[in-house]
Amino acid sequence: MSEQVVSVGVDLLAQAVADQAAPVVRVDWRPPLPGTEEDLTTVALDPLRPEANARALERMLAVQAVLVDVLPASEAVGLERGEFLHAGPPISWERASGPLRGALMGGAVLEGLVDTPEEAAALLEGGLHVRLEPCHHRRSVGPMAGVVTPSMWMFVLEDPATGARTYCTLNEGLGKVLRYGAYAPEVLTRLRWMGDVLGPLLQRAVRGNEPVDVTAILGQMLQMGDEAHNRNRAGTLMFLRDLAPAMVASIDGGMDGGGADPSDVAEALRFVGGNDHFFLNLAMPACKLALDAARDEPGSTMVVAMARNGTDFGIQVSGSGDEWFTGPAQVADGLYLGDYGPDDANPDIGDSAITETAGLGGFAMATAPAIVRFVGGSVPDALATTRRMQEITLGDNPRWSIPILEFAGVPTGIDVARVCRTGILPQINTGMAGREAGVGQVGAGLVNPPEEIFPKALTRLAALTRDREAR
Amino acid sequence: MSASDVTEHVELRTGEYADSVTLLQVSRQVQQLPGVVTAQVAMATPLNVEVLERMGFAVPDEATVNHLVVAIRLEGGGDGTNGAAAAKDRIEAVRAEVDRAIADSRRQVSGPTELAPPRTTGAALRREPGAFVLVSVPGVSAAVEAMDALESGSDVMVFSDNVPVEHEVALKRYAATRDLLVMGPDCGTAVVDGLGLGFANVVSPGPVGIVAASGTGCQQVLALLDHAGVGVTTAYGVGGRDLSAEVGGLATRTALARLDQDPRVELIVLISKPPADDVARELTAYTASLGTPVHLALLGSGRPDLTVATEEVLGALGRDVPAWPVRGETRAATGTRLQGLFVGGTMKQEAELLVAVAGALDRAELVDFGDDEYTTGRAHPMIDPSLRLERLAEIAADQTTGVVLMDVVLGHGAEDDPAASLAPAIERIAPAVVVTVVGTAHDPQGLDRQVDALAAAGAEVHLSNAAATRRALEILEAGR
Repeated sequence: MSEQVVSVGVDLLAQAVADQAAPVVRVDWRPPLPGTEEDLTTVALDPLRPEANARALERMLAVQAVLVDVLPASEAVGLERGEFLHAGPPISWERASGPLRGALMGGAVLEGLVDTPEEAAALLEGGLHVRLEPCHHRRSVGPMAGVVTPSMWMFVLEDPATGARTYCTLNEGLGKVLRYGAYAPEVLTRLRWMGDVLGPLLQRAVRGNEPVDVTAILGQMLQMGDEAHNRNRAGTLMFLRDLAPAMVASIDGGMDGGGADPSDVAEALRFVGGNDHFFLNLAMPACKLALDAARDEPGSTMVVAMARNGTDFGIQVSGSGDEWFTGPAQVADGLYLGDYGPDDANPDIGDSAITETAGLGGFAMATAPAIVRFVGGSVPDALATTRRMQEITLGDNPRWSIPILEFAGVPTGIDVARVCRTGILPQINTGMAGREAGVGQVGAGLVNPPEEIFPKALTRLAALTRDREAR
Repeated sequence: MSASDVTEHVELRTGEYADSVTLLQVSRQVQQLPGVVTAQVAMATPLNVEVLERMGFAVPDEATVNHLVVAIRLEGGGDGTNGAAAAKDRIEAVRAEVDRAIADSRRQVSGPTELAPPRTTGAALRREPGAFVLVSVPGVSAAVEAMDALESGSDVMVFSDNVPVEHEVALKRYAATRDLLVMGPDCGTAVVDGLGLGFANVVSPGPVGIVAASGTGCQQVLALLDHAGVGVTTAYGVGGRDLSAEVGGLATRTALARLDQDPRVELIVLISKPPADDVARELTAYTASLGTPVHLALLGSGRPDLTVATEEVLGALGRDVPAWPVRGETRAATGTRLQGLFVGGTMKQEAELLVAVAGALDRAELVDFGDDEYTTGRAHPMIDPSLRLERLAEIAADQTTGVVLMDVVLGHGAEDDPAASLAPAIERIAPAVVVTVVGTAHDPQGLDRQVDALAAAGAEVHLSNAAATRRALEILEAGR
């Protein structure tokens, strides 16, 4: 009698199997999120779903993201004067939170649309000659406020197999930075240096170098204690290792001969190496490139984007196109910098949850014990978190593995149905922005999406299934 | 007892759930606490709310099946300020016991490893690929778990009832494309490679393979074959609707094909109600194409009962038909009516056919306590006998009742010692009692022990349900 049994439901029946000395795994089943039973069944029995999810996951895992160029946003994503990209689902200035407003104001000054942040507020409030659009709508992602203006430089990532591309700005560092809603003069000064010096230097280095394989670096950094959302230290240094020779080589020919200024190169190297989060802005578009490949698979229940604008948390799902399912963004639970406390924190913000959507960040928490305290947890919590995420994902990513979990691949492909079935919400590691415009970062911690958005998405998926069956 | 002699507490909890068997155990634990007059912890299904109201509890109108109801009645009132505070403390103490009992029941759920137990069937199958899956969650969620099994390439037995037929069709169509077997829904019994699932009896391996659309029908045949010394290698359940026009025998065909390929199986027995006409035609053609003979035991008007069908199987195998055992002597009929209280649906159906043949339908009332209307949010009567025992006391008090006909079904998963509560109840009442005990010699409850206890209480005890029914009718006639 070698039959292994999985029993879900009445424990007495599992016990009857165990009493016959047969091995039995008991499922800790609980009722799904209230009101989802019918939609869950519709989606479960959709004949398209199993293959659709398998294909979505397979396409996502096949993507290789390489850094092929660095361009101003005007060229990269065709951003025009007065156009602003921002993180999360669509939002108006009226509903925008402090940090998003602060970043938009700083962006308006940076672009020379106005002279002062105060004038910027008036301009944005008036709404004439300005246009807000989510990064995700231009194949881009932005950390925290995620504000992109035409003059900001962006990484260009490409999947060589398909030619598909995604984009992300260059990371400014920690503390008082635009993406956390700060717009003080020093913030703008740094952004101008990034536009005038860093961007062109990186462009020259990238163009004069073998393409940097971001997907491969992500695989390596997971083995070195980074989870690629709140810890990017190893990734940043590997990136620097790959690109530093080309940056130094760009000095060749001297300044008169079109070469780079050695002091600029030195400053750029110092800036990248000194910013532990520099690689985040490569990890994010790499994740987006992979997830974009999983989009638009009819019948698939896989989440292809999780993003927050500081007011709303939104998800997009493969089987329901570009529709956003939104609910109120939550305030993270974690540790605060200095004297800041919970009252100072803004609700969750940023496209960086694209890393969790792709199986990194909170989903890969087990591999990053160095930061579990920073986000307010313990090492056992970290292991348990990654294992818990296996309950709500479609599979593992064999390229991104976690040594301490016997090299298990990171849990990948969040399944709307499994979230509704288990009530387990995706775990996100995040930075916290100050509630007031201009403050900057106040802490970091753990946060979840609002529960309600998953039943919302499920209802839509079930309706689409019924439409298909009615045809 | 006047209202001030007791203190009552009823609360609805959201976000808490435990299966009906667990809650039955929790209720029993709480009922035994000192000072507790009665208590009930249950999901607020319409049936359970009715039970609670019968117990005298006022259940709030907003109660839905997703609420856990905790209802407690304590000795002593809560008059006066001090009394009210003291009563509150006592209620709190009992509530704490409820919480502890529920938490204890959860603790047993976790597996032997340090890993948290899986939360879905899909997650469990990632840990144990290829395992056989047994689903007994509430019917509304059963298809979702069963689909996890099929997607992972596993056969599944759906014990759950209240599963809509369109879900069954979708599951079985998907399974057919992957050569997998869906047993059920509402499949109570299966024996897979010697492993008893659900309410299966302990059987020895042998030359017979069974495909059954009825759980207790299968158990009756298993019990009779066991008594005749014939073993069963595999008994697949397919669910009561499989041979309906809607489902079209999808699982039956897969099950027959599996048994046909098993060299140990010399004869296949198919146990079902008569199938829909189209399905019957297809099935006949299909069984004719198999290398293994298929004996049809189709329980219906003008057809052989299950005991006769089993005798035919024994004949086909060249075995002797033994005398089917009877033990005990019961009383004379006290009234003119036959009351049948069954836990097995097929036992009831078979009895009904025989009562009809005898022309006694107008003098009989037969109830199946395993029917969906009695089991929504409640444990099956093979596990929880309380509804049937309650009904037994009621009909015994009715002067018109002459004979009581009952079944007791043994096997894995069934109540530990059904005679422990049924025998005293039989002893207390006046009408004649005829009982079928469906079980095999090695069932955990002890077939002989159960039969002896019931016979000693004044029942005539049979192994064959058909024989028991005929005897009940005889006793009723003799009393006229």
